[in-house]
Parts: sequence; structure tokens; C-alpha cells
Amino acid sequence: MVKAPSVSRVWRERIVKYRLIGGLCKDCGKRFYPPRPACPACGSENVEQVKLPEEGRLLYFTVIRSPPRDFGPQPYIVGIVELKDGTRIITQIVDAAPESLKPGLELEAVFRKYREQGPDGIIEYGIKFRPKIG
Amino acid sequence: MRRVFIAGAGATPIGEHWERSLRDLMAEAALRAIQDSGLDKKSIEAVYIGNMSSGPLQGQEHLGALLATWIGIPGVAAAKVEAACASGGAAFHQAFLAVASGLYDRVLVVGVEKMTDAVTADVTSALIMADDQEYVAFTGASFVGLNALVYRAYMSEFGAKQEDIALFAVHDHKYAVNNELAQFRREITLDDVLKSPLVADPIRLLECAPIGDGAAALVLCSEEAVKSSRRNDTLVEVAASTVATDVLSLHDRETLTTLRATVKAAERAYRMAKIEPEDVDVLEVHDAFTILGVIHVEDLGFAKKGEGWRLLKEGELEIGGKIPTNTLGGLKARGHPVGATGVYQIYDVVKQLWGEAGANQVEGAEIGLAQNVGGVGGTVVVTILRRVR
Amino acid sequence: MRPSRDVGIVGYGAYVPVYRIKGEEIARVWGRQAWPVEEKSVPGPDEDSLTMAVEAAKNALKRARIEPARIGAVYVGSESPPYAVKPSATVVAEALGITPELLAIDMEFACRAGTTALQDVIGLVGSGMIEYGLAIGTDTAQGRPGDELEFTAAAGAAAFIVGPGSESLALVEGSYSFVTDTPDFWRRAGEKYPRHAYRFTGKPAYFRHIVGAVKGLMTELGLKAEDFDYVVFHQPNVKFPLRVAKMLGFPREKVEPGLLSNVIGNTYAAASLLGLAAVLDIAKPGQRVLVASFGSGAGSDAISLVVTDAIEERRDLAPKVSDYIKRKVYIDYATYALYRGKISR
Repeated sequence: MVKAPSVSRVWRERIVKYRLIGGLCKDCGKRFYPPRPACPACGSENVEQVKLPEEGRLLYFTVIRSPPRDFGPQPYIVGIVELKDGTRIITQIVDAAPESLKPGLELEAVFRKYREQGPDGIIEYGIKFRPKIG
Repeated sequence: MRRVFIAGAGATPIGEHWERSLRDLMAEAALRAIQDSGLDKKSIEAVYIGNMSSGPLQGQEHLGALLATWIGIPGVAAAKVEAACASGGAAFHQAFLAVASGLYDRVLVVGVEKMTDAVTADVTSALIMADDQEYVAFTGASFVGLNALVYRAYMSEFGAKQEDIALFAVHDHKYAVNNELAQFRREITLDDVLKSPLVADPIRLLECAPIGDGAAALVLCSEEAVKSSRRNDTLVEVAASTVATDVLSLHDRETLTTLRATVKAAERAYRMAKIEPEDVDVLEVHDAFTILGVIHVEDLGFAKKGEGWRLLKEGELEIGGKIPTNTLGGLKARGHPVGATGVYQIYDVVKQLWGEAGANQVEGAEIGLAQNVGGVGGTVVVTILRRVR
Repeated sequence: MRPSRDVGIVGYGAYVPVYRIKGEEIARVWGRQAWPVEEKSVPGPDEDSLTMAVEAAKNALKRARIEPARIGAVYVGSESPPYAVKPSATVVAEALGITPELLAIDMEFACRAGTTALQDVIGLVGSGMIEYGLAIGTDTAQGRPGDELEFTAAAGAAAFIVGPGSESLALVEGSYSFVTDTPDFWRRAGEKYPRHAYRFTGKPAYFRHIVGAVKGLMTELGLKAEDFDYVVFHQPNVKFPLRVAKMLGFPREKVEPGLLSNVIGNTYAAASLLGLAAVLDIAKPGQRVLVASFGSGAGSDAISLVVTDAIEERRDLAPKVSDYIKRKVYIDYATYALYRGKISR
């Protein structure tokens, strides 16, 4: 009953989610994710889509231990990351134990599974972040 | 704009009501409120239902017509009003507008939520619908998780400690002991809170408002119509009813530690009621999590930003303190059937102003303020009530 | 086989997941006394052969320094795609910005699917049909609980972008494929785990096909073992590649830089390509590299490459194989079983 699974809804958002496409306000310069018709800072409709940087730093994080349906079963980390151009996004932080994370840690984007619409449904992919390699 | 008054109030206890359905709960609260008002049921002209998740969790929409049918007044104007956990407050605002506009004289508002028919994972999925489904819920963030990010931002920005913030839960439980409608009527200690399991670091289980079922209802009348009610002698007026929104998602905001919607709605409400924060005798804040309680007290003007936890720690939120807060248990202990909470908060304030708060009565309470929050401050409703005689 | 014009590798990229399980830990559960590799890589619960392919391909793009839209083909070789029907190649192409004008397909030939994909893309670029092509070998191999192969079935991906010889960091000299119907290892449709024919996978399968492909390549190109500076073989364990090297006259030192199985296990379709990537991470201009895969069923692809001057300025543009190998987190068997779907809620 909670949220009907949908193929078209996943398909519609895929480019933004796969390639980390954000919005840029041509009036006030604010960058935001995801893109939308009006700037969240100044309200201007003079906005365009822009490819966001795939690197950033960790601002805040938490460990989700009581997950919504389709997530888990083990705890996972959700955090707010500030990309190199100042855009903030909320995402999962992977390949790291919570004890090793500190605000300011350098992260990079990785392409991962977010969830499946059941064992015989489609797989929903997107961008997560992990501590920078190399 | 006309003046609007509270003509009646009714509510069910909050808890895991295995034997009562969504419709049972809202019908019970509605009939209690109407009975309390002493008005003829058939004179009610409009009904507004505050509810967040009847669709996802019960497969039920069209609650306005359903309730009107169930309590025997089909034909009235009716609609469900939704603003996440501020649905109750938003429905109250709608009812207020209905009377203030002059179009209706007697209006019923009911806040209701039935959460315990679903398992926790599904309730968690329903609650995150308060934020962006595609870009926030998609990450697996839970509603508790979002508030955990706020908690961490607050502690790092102001050097506040969890053991001071967690006291909000202890406070609520103490005051719920004497509230017959409360979900939890036993005290807890700070130690209990800090040792409870983590839900989303750093938030512990006993810092979270519980999942529960309940419904609360109020009858609002015009100055003329309230004269025929039982509540005309000790008369409570709606001095202010305001609603404001903020950018929906945390990551899009400039700050995580101030809810701008609270600040906006409160400023307008104080102006509308022509009062200052110091004039408030009794306060209800939307402490779905202890950290929110602390932040609300600041955003409503009772403490400087970053100092709300001091007010709590120094006892200023107690009866007898600077600003008696959540005097009937708040969200943590009275309970938080999400869409109903906004109406329960106003109900608790009305009880204080009518002098019916029993052992927890704030003597001579004249002005009360209730703050109801949807999402993490995506929508905030501020209601100020004043006893006019 | 030689393409009709000069083509080569313009970019390469690797990926190995962070989790590792020790051979000793697997042996503990099943009561064994020895293990064929020290440890193997394990994909995390949010990874699959497709997500790994995307990262390897992104690394290849970083080294190639070309606009993704110029890639005309995406070929993904794997025996563990997330969908039995619906190619990973389309998601890889969409994620990298290569869509919609391209050839895309998934292919299967056990552990040689990656090198076969590479040969196909060499053909497309070499014939002038496309400007650049992307070939990926990727697997999250399924290990039957308690079976010998559980010690080595691992996860990894390697991606190669083929383009004009003038832009290459390694030129393709030629390739040779040796293929027969030899059922040494297989998985029937609908089955979760593969089956294998134990000792039959040695002489009639692995050794016969690799020797056949390498000898065929050396004859066609007029080369001898001494002409190669590095040689990378498919690596289902440590013993087989060392033995086939000896059989073909290659000294151990030339094999070891591309031999990763002891620390990451057998990454199936990615195995020989990851070995090649590890060699490209250290090879000097002018050096010649032989890579010979082996895929059960059975077949071997042997490819000869010569490193160019361009390697020095391009190899540091993306993480090296060693960067991924040294990044590790050990897990126990229970966590491994959960991550691999051997137990579930």
C-alpha cells in the first residue's frame, strides 16, 4: 500500500540521478540539486541544468538503524555532502565505517544500487559517496 | 475578519488502539467535541480533517465525507487537510479561516492518525513522505535520520551536549503522569533515555515521539454562535492562527539549526495577537525529537539561538518557570499520532485556559501558544489562544 | 587477427570492491586445511557487476580524456549481470553520457567475456566503423557454498577504451582466439551456482586453450616468448598461471606483476583485464605485453600490445589497480554470506 512501485517514475529521473545533474540560477548564482523550475534561494525562473562536480566534503551524517521498507537490513549511513562547487546534496556514504567519518572528510561520487522493486522488479541505481581513493 | 472562539473540545486517549479503527477514532473525538460544546450536531456547517497518512497506511482517502457520514451529518462542507505532521494545525487554520471569513458560523476540526495497523518499516516509509520522495526518501533517509542531521549540526554549532538536550524527554514524561489521555504515564530518567537503543545516530529511542493512534477535535464558532454553547462563560478566543513554509529539504537550506518557518509564523502570530513572547502563559512545542524541542523554544523567541537547552536544564520550562511548556506531556509522552498532534496541542492549551488541566494546572493561564511542525520545519503552524473572560 | 588500421588502448580503468574475506576464514567454516588464495574481494550489498563496470569505465574515460559521446560502442562481458534479460551496457552508457547514438550489448563467455568484448571493439574501431569503443569485463562471481571455487570466486571490473593508434597508450599488434566445445565449467539457466568438472578444468581446458591461443598468436605475429616484457594470464588461482607461463617459456618475473589472484581472488571476466591494467600501471614505453584469457566452455583470447610514450602522462589520471587492492576491509563468513545473498531476510 505504501508508495506504488513504478517503472516510468524511475526511468524519468535516471539522467539526473546517474549523472548528478543539478540546477544553476543565472541570476543569483546558487547551485542546487535536483534541478527545478525556480531557484530555491531567490525564486528566479532563469535557471539552467548543469553537471555537478563528483567530489566534495562531508558536512553531517547519521546511521540509519530503523530503515524504511526496501532499505537495510543492516544499518547504513546517510549524510549531507557539500560538492566542490558549493552544491549540497543528501546521499548515502559507503565503503566506510561510521567511526572513520568526520565532518570535512573528502569524498567522491560512486554509482551504486539504491534499492530493488522486489526480487523480480527493476533495480534503482544512483550516486552515493565514499572516502576519496588514491 | 470576524473573531473566532472555541466552543467545544474532545479527544480520545493516545495509544495502540487495536480495537479502534481510523474511522472509530475520528468519530469518537468529533462526537465528544460536539457534545462538549452542547451545540446541535446538525448545526455544524463544515468539517476539516487533519491527517497525514491515511492513504499509504490505510488505503483510505476522502476522510471529510467519511467522517460526515459516520457521525450522521452528511451534507456539510468537508475536506482532508494535509501538511505532514502539521496536518492537524493546518486543518485548524482552515477551520479558523472558515469562521473568520464570515462564511460559516460553526465548524468542526478533527485531527486523526491511525499508525499501528502497519509494521514499523511501513510507518517509517510513510513518515519520510514528508520530504522529497525522489531525492531524499530515495537515499534511504528516515525521518528520524533527517532530525539526527539537525541534532549533529546543532551540537557542533553551539557546543551543546546530548545529555542536556535529552532532558526534554524526561520533562515530557513527568508532565504526562497526570494526563489521562497520554500514551505514556510513567516517569523516565535521563539515564533511561541515554541508554535506550540508537535509532539514527545520535538520536536514541526515548528521544523520539512514539508511534500511536488517536484523534482530537475542536468546535470553532463565531461570536454570535458561541453564545449557544456550553463554553461561553469561560470563553477562549483564537487570537492568532498563522502558517508558514520553508524550503522543503534540509540540504537546500542555508541553516539546519533554525526553522525559518517557525520564526515567520511566530512573528506574524505575535503581531496578530498583539503580544510578545513574555505574555505567553503556557506553551506547546512540537518536540517530535528532543532536539526539536530545544530549537523550537529558541525560534519562538523564548531563548537566544543556541541557548534553548539552557532554559530546559535550568527548569524554566516547568510549571512555575519562565514559560511552562508541554504541561500535559508534549509529543514524547502525551503522544504523536502525526496528523492529529496539531489539534491535540491546541486541545491541551484550551484545557489550561479553561482551568481543566487538573494537577498540572497553570494558575490563571490566560494566553497559550501551540506550535505544530510538518516535516523538518517544511510547514509550521502557530496558534495563539486567549481567554477573554 | 589484425585490424586494418592502427588502433590501441586510449584509456583503461580498474575497480575492485573494498571488502575482503580471507581464504583461512572460508576454510574455517568448511573444515579445510588449505586454501588456494590468501584472500578474495567481495562486493558490498549495494554493488553488482553493473555498478563496478560504471566505475571502471569512468576511470578509463579519465585516462582517455575524450568526450563520452564520441564512444560508438559499449560492450560488457560478464557471467553475473544483474538482469538475465536487460543489458548492463545500456545503463553504463546512460550513466556515462554515451547515449543514444551507439552500439551496445552484453556478452557471456565465462572468464573470457571481457577480452572477447575487447576484441570486438578493436574490430569496430579497426574497421573504421566507430571512432572509439568501450569494452568492459566485470563479474560478481557466485561461489557455491562449500565448493572449491568458493575460495576464489571474487568481484572486480576492468574497462578499456579503444581508439586511433595515434592517441593510444598501448598499440594493439594483433590477437588470436582459440575456441572449442569443452564443458569444463557451466551454469544452466535458472541455476544460482555454476558447476565444474574438477580436474578436467586443467589440461583439456585451461592449459590446452591458452597454449593454443598464445602459440597461434606468436606464430601469426612472428614473435617469441623473449619478445614479451610482461605476460598476463587468466588467473583462477595462483598455480595455473605460473604453470602455463613455464610451459610457454615465460620466466616468473614477467608474470608476477600481472598476477593478482592471491590478493583479490578470481574476478572472472575482469581477471586477465585487471592483470593487464596492473601491468599498464607500471610498464615503460616500448615494452610489449601479452594477455591471454581463458573462458570455460571453452576459449582463450591472446592479445599482444606495445606500450607507447603516452602511458607516462596518462596512467596517473585515475586510481591504479594497487590503489584499489590496498584499500581493504575484512569481513567474516556470515557477513560474506549476507552480502552475497547466500542468506537473506
